[in-house]
Amino acid sequence: MEEFLFTFFNIEVMRAASPILLQGLWMTLLLILAAVPLGLAGGVVLAVLSVFRHPMIRWPLIAWVDFFRAFPPLVLLVFIYAGLPFAGIEIGAFGCVAIGFFLNTSSYYGEILRAGIESIPRGQVEAARSTGLSATQTMGYVILPQAVRNVLPDLVSNTLEVVKLTSIASVVALPELLFQARQAQSVTYNPSPIVAAAIVYFLMLWPVVRLLSRLEHKAVARR
Amino acid sequence: MLSGVATARPIVDAIGIHKHFGALHVLKGVDLVVSERELVFVIGPSGSGKSTLLRCCNRLETPSSGSVMVDGIDLLDRRTDINLARQRIGMVFQQFNLYPHMTARGNVTLALRKVAGKSRAEADELADAALARVGLAEKAEAYPLELSGGQQQRVAIARAIALEPRVMLFDEPTSALDPELVGGVLAVMRSLREAGMTMVVVSHEMAFARAAADRVVFMDHGVIVEQGTPAQVFGAPQQERTRAFLRQLDH
Amino acid sequence: MTDWDRFVFTFFNWKVMAEYLPKIVEGFILTVELALLIVVSGLALGLALAVIRSFGIRPLNWLIVFVVDLFRALPPLVIIVLIYFGLPSLGPAPSGFVSTWISLTLVLAAFAEEIVWGGILAVPKGQWEAARSTGLGFTATLTHVVLPQALRICIPPLTNRTIAITKGTALGSVVAVAEILSVASGAVAFSSNPSPLTLGAIAYLILFIPVVAFGRWVETRFAWKR
Repeated sequence: MEEFLFTFFNIEVMRAASPILLQGLWMTLLLILAAVPLGLAGGVVLAVLSVFRHPMIRWPLIAWVDFFRAFPPLVLLVFIYAGLPFAGIEIGAFGCVAIGFFLNTSSYYGEILRAGIESIPRGQVEAARSTGLSATQTMGYVILPQAVRNVLPDLVSNTLEVVKLTSIASVVALPELLFQARQAQSVTYNPSPIVAAAIVYFLMLWPVVRLLSRLEHKAVARR
Repeated sequence: MLSGVATARPIVDAIGIHKHFGALHVLKGVDLVVSERELVFVIGPSGSGKSTLLRCCNRLETPSSGSVMVDGIDLLDRRTDINLARQRIGMVFQQFNLYPHMTARGNVTLALRKVAGKSRAEADELADAALARVGLAEKAEAYPLELSGGQQQRVAIARAIALEPRVMLFDEPTSALDPELVGGVLAVMRSLREAGMTMVVVSHEMAFARAAADRVVFMDHGVIVEQGTPAQVFGAPQQERTRAFLRQLDH
Repeated sequence: MTDWDRFVFTFFNWKVMAEYLPKIVEGFILTVELALLIVVSGLALGLALAVIRSFGIRPLNWLIVFVVDLFRALPPLVIIVLIYFGLPSLGPAPSGFVSTWISLTLVLAAFAEEIVWGGILAVPKGQWEAARSTGLGFTATLTHVVLPQALRICIPPLTNRTIAITKGTALGSVVAVAEILSVASGAVAFSSNPSPLTLGAIAYLILFIPVVAFGRWVETRFAWKR
């Protein structure tokens, strides 16, 4: 037991690692602030485009979304990070992560919002248009607000996944929480910093997980 | 009390039933005694406690106090095997509650095989006989979604009678049906009655009550207000609350 | 060389690709093996947890809910790293393959438990009552009446979540599992040419495009039918 505590919950090591873990947490938050709004914005664009039934829009859109959903995000990230320099483009780790996350998460957000838009009865569009609202106004004021409400649990759930996904930025040496924890671990030969990072992730995301359980079971109860 | 077979042991013998749901006092000391071959019809406004009383008779609800004996078995005794007891008590629900992933025959055979311990062949035979009794022999392979509401309810009746129950409980069996489908279900209930089945029916089908019931029980606010033959309760109600309820139905 | 030629030479270098194709195929097979193992053990564990939870044993349920929450909240890569780099300090030193397998199994089990539990709750109360009224016991009702319906409701979300989590096999590259990504990255470093990565990407597309299309099909197939 003592050995277990010394190995995984070594307070000394955790205290020593806390400054760089805090730096890592800061970078993680920065990543979240970049990835979530960008992904959501991209998702809205993809979802709104999906309203157009024209095959010239519809099929490329499905191909695009499925393409980026099929790629494991880490593969996408490594491809961008390792590939772009060969093409003579240098944008740094943060830029690579931002692009990779944008392509991946906007596709997921797009799929969710598309399902939300499709869940709104046709009569809503007709009612809005009959009062003289333009197509854009109908989408913005009538359809999207209802669509977002209908798929709120899925949106929250996807956001949770995006936040967790930021940990893969450690692979391309972006100094976020997991990366810093591993640095500290390799210096101290003790895994406590990784445990500390796990605790931080858990404390940050547990409320979201609880909220999600509530939302999901409420959605079930309403049926 | 009116009874043709006063000497025989009652099939349902529920005495002094109280039921609380949190702060709500739904049943306030109700007695319900049903003799063999008797058809007791329970009426009353919604929220009067009639469905709860019925559900106490197979312990889908456990009474807060009182005693429930069915066919001589004490349902509230901890030593009673409630699953065995329930085989002897058929129940039909307002929403049919057929298993959507099983055929009509599958719905009927499940308890025969898993509770009564019949082989698949035996169970199939009994199920087909029960389905024939409700006039649906040719629908044995159909799934619930392929059946009309009335047919689904008849399958639900077959599911209950295949276990050869001593008493059948009907909880508003026709309330969820379109009017044109009610007749078929009532016809099945009438044929059960003619075959001598003991039945307790919670329903709003007053015409059926008049024609088929031995006794009508009127409940309101968790108590039995009045009971008697259909002629007595419908023709000459003694209580003002009964009269008010019946007047409302006429409108 | 034109720009196009340079582009092709850089990202679609046939010579490099041909050289590393056998290795990528090996990585492909390992990825499939790992993914199948995760799917089987993760779904089985998740289903078992949901069934245990339905028995309503209080302290046990709190434990299940906590463990499920834990593995839903932690990033999979953090779990993998913790097991792979952490456990050896205590004694057992699981390989990268085993670390990834265990980690993603736990993650998938957590999500599967939550989904199946939601499905069990979604089966109408009347189904329980009807079955119990015919004398079926709790366990018989659960196995013959409720679970078949619950699983049907669960199939679309379960399929999508399973797909998402099996894509996490790529995380194994961090702990030296010789799956597609790790083989491809190694080859890039060795050949100073990113074409193996292109090959790896194609391998992933071959693996997952059908899976994603399958998920889409399942979603429409089971969407409104109950």
